[in-house]
Amino acid sequence: MGFNIYDFSTFTHNLHVWFNQQMSPGWATTVEWVIVGVLYLTFVALMGLFLIYAERKVCAAFQQRIGPNRVGPWGLIQTIADMIKMMMKELVAPLHIDKFLYNLAPFIIICCMFLTLAAIPFAPGLQGLDFDIGVFYLSAVSSISVIGILLAGWSSNNKYSLIGGIRAGAQIISYELSVGMSLMTVVILAGTMQFSGIIEGQRDLWFIFKGHIPAFIAFVIFIIAGTAETNRGPFDLAEAESELTAGFHTEYSGIKFGLFYVGEFVNMFVVAAVAATVFLGGWMPLHFGGFESFNHVMDLIPPIVWFFLKSFGIVFIIMWLKWSFPRLRVDQILTLEWKYLLPINLVNILVMTIVVLTKFHF
Amino acid sequence: MTNEELKAYLTKNFPEAEIADGPQYIELTVKPELLVETSKKLKESSETLFDYLFCLTGVDYPDCMGVIYHIESTKFHHEMVIKVKTTNRTEPVIESVRSVWQTAKYHEREVYDLLGVKFSNHNDLRRLFLDDDWGFPLRKDYTDEVRIIER
Amino acid sequence: MAEIKEIFINSDNLETDEFKINMGPQHPAGHGVLRLVVTLEGEIVRNVDPNIGFIHSGIEKMCESLAYNQIVHLTDRMDYLSAHISNEAVCLCVENALQIEVPDRVKYIRTIMDELMRISSHQLWFGAYGMDMGASTALFYGLRDREKILDIFEETCGARVTLNYNMPGGLMFDIKPNFQKQVKDYIKFLRKKLPEYDKLVSGNIIFTERTKGVGILSLEDCIAYGVTGPSGRASNFSCDVRKHHPYSAYPFVKFEEILDTTCDTYARYYNRIREMWESLNIIEQLIDNIPEGDYAVKMKGVVKLPEGEYMQRVETARGDFGVFIVSDGKKNPYRVKFRSPGFSNLFAVNKMSKGIKIGDLVATLGALDPVMPDIDR
Repeated sequence: MGFNIYDFSTFTHNLHVWFNQQMSPGWATTVEWVIVGVLYLTFVALMGLFLIYAERKVCAAFQQRIGPNRVGPWGLIQTIADMIKMMMKELVAPLHIDKFLYNLAPFIIICCMFLTLAAIPFAPGLQGLDFDIGVFYLSAVSSISVIGILLAGWSSNNKYSLIGGIRAGAQIISYELSVGMSLMTVVILAGTMQFSGIIEGQRDLWFIFKGHIPAFIAFVIFIIAGTAETNRGPFDLAEAESELTAGFHTEYSGIKFGLFYVGEFVNMFVVAAVAATVFLGGWMPLHFGGFESFNHVMDLIPPIVWFFLKSFGIVFIIMWLKWSFPRLRVDQILTLEWKYLLPINLVNILVMTIVVLTKFHF
Repeated sequence: MTNEELKAYLTKNFPEAEIADGPQYIELTVKPELLVETSKKLKESSETLFDYLFCLTGVDYPDCMGVIYHIESTKFHHEMVIKVKTTNRTEPVIESVRSVWQTAKYHEREVYDLLGVKFSNHNDLRRLFLDDDWGFPLRKDYTDEVRIIER
Repeated sequence: MAEIKEIFINSDNLETDEFKINMGPQHPAGHGVLRLVVTLEGEIVRNVDPNIGFIHSGIEKMCESLAYNQIVHLTDRMDYLSAHISNEAVCLCVENALQIEVPDRVKYIRTIMDELMRISSHQLWFGAYGMDMGASTALFYGLRDREKILDIFEETCGARVTLNYNMPGGLMFDIKPNFQKQVKDYIKFLRKKLPEYDKLVSGNIIFTERTKGVGILSLEDCIAYGVTGPSGRASNFSCDVRKHHPYSAYPFVKFEEILDTTCDTYARYYNRIREMWESLNIIEQLIDNIPEGDYAVKMKGVVKLPEGEYMQRVETARGDFGVFIVSDGKKNPYRVKFRSPGFSNLFAVNKMSKGIKIGDLVATLGALDPVMPDIDR
């Protein structure tokens, strides 16, 4: 079947041809959709489990403890046990809620998460959707999660959930600007919005090195804004409120809360994956244009391994931020965005444009 | 000021009050009507400057209800005790000193809650720990068959 | 259009509703059972009304039917983080009333254990406060270092928190032979660890932004509300009982009173860190010079105080703790009143939080270090 770990496109192409030979094109397409859907579902499930376990171990390491180590070797089965417990919990819903919106809210967040995952290139040939407006599509689709949070806060019929939901909504909408603009900075450097094009452009050097100062500033801003987007880390006022109970998902229990929780972790992975793709080259190994022997050694590691290494590296940095800093107050979060990150972003775009026009990059 | 100087000062300025030598501090027993005036004078006079009320206690004496104020001066670091007694056990009323020392507002709520002493001129006299229809537990004649075990 | 313009110009006509929310008796990371009824106007706090009494156990009434050396055990449970210091207050009150002079050895050991207790209380507060603010790692720093002190306590008297080591007349047991070595090792250990607290929390810009300038209480208000302890000293209120009315071995040591003039939450926080350093200095001055002698004075089986009223004040980790005993000559006290520092400190929160945001209320309340059983008794 031509399975090549370095390039999945031959394998997927052969598979597509084989399906079309076996059944009519309509059925073949349907079967492919189902397979891709199941693969993504499995990926999300596994990634959620792994990330929750990793968070607990990383957090324990920062706090000089061990973390889960009893359930299974090194506590690996701990998250599975937690998920089973959560699935068996009773779904307690308050009395006077808006039932439709209340049940809909977690699913909006999950759908939005799948939509963003679809556009991320895991390896050459292993990408769900390869639009020519890839980056723009990603920004647009990741905004849908705000609706889920606002609906959750509103439909719970609870003062604190409402306050938490509105705060989270305001925070996410503000930080989308920074996320979008830092991605635009790289689009200016790359010249294309298509993800495969962006990665091709990093064949000789990753953009974070290529665009030196403006690209590095954009990277830092993207990490900060991405953490704020997913309501994590020092920006988790809306949900980890020891001040006003648990924020917008107070009234959710059992598997619905599990969906919010897994959604948060996989969204964090999406932010890390996008950062890895756009700034650090995605599945492209580290190449220095000109050092052929070095590049050849780097090519020995399969691209899919490169991708996951980079993503998990950024995930680790995001977790590090969470466990080292206290929480920002809500007006400080918004001040940070509108008074500091936004002007810096605008100036950065200008600088990047000048750098690209004068070809002052590597 | 030492205890003797304080005693001399008090005898001069507050002739109607009784002045006694306690084991540690000078105790000034005033009539309930003169409480706020005396407290104000003690707080504002430049020789005593008693501006820190550190303890307000209600006591159910065998013959009367008493409230005891321990005050200290943050400048001179001398302390003394003011005592007020009222013989009305069913409806004891004492004037509130919250206009002199702000912290008295909450201590007086506690005395009202536990002993039933009402404070006039206190704009927020609610019960503090207990429900509105509880009795007054710290009184010596308080009985409760369910919660108190008499030996 | 004209009406809209008018609304914006005369925005006083816009009636915003004030609504009350409950920061209820059960908090996710609470300070014990405290109910704050907060009147909010949007995000700004207009009024804070503490409702207490959820853990009111009638300790003062209970004391009226107990003997004097039984009262000591009830004081442990009030401010359980400064248990030894509260015990000492009752013991000193009884000893002064009976005019008993305890041996110097007792005084030294009591003071050393006092200061160790103070450090452990501040460490627990540091952990809980960091967790309130979101820096959860601070919890583990504080608790980890506190474990060693609790081990010293356990070896000395068998208990970790509610020590029951004091009794009227002296101490229950003598110290173990390796007590001095353990304490000296601990001082060395903590001196290396305390700068980590500064690096993790005090210097963090997010933390300083959330605590500086928040929860201001001026000096006059401080004295008027009777706010003592590190919270009061942050407003330059010199109220340290160890300095002004020294007891036990405090006359023999040289130490500084930790004062600060900034009156805000950060000052209250940093005061406690500095107090930990100062406690280490005090212990160091005393630990090598513990005099030989008895560890207790022989007291009669039944202790009866002469008639009269006796007051004793000590400095716990929260502030000025007072024990007021009214005695009528019998073997049970007539009335016992505990002046708890948390009570006065808590009710100043209303004054401190005029005009701050709801997110700051948690920071302000945490810096006052309320321990609810101490307030409710």
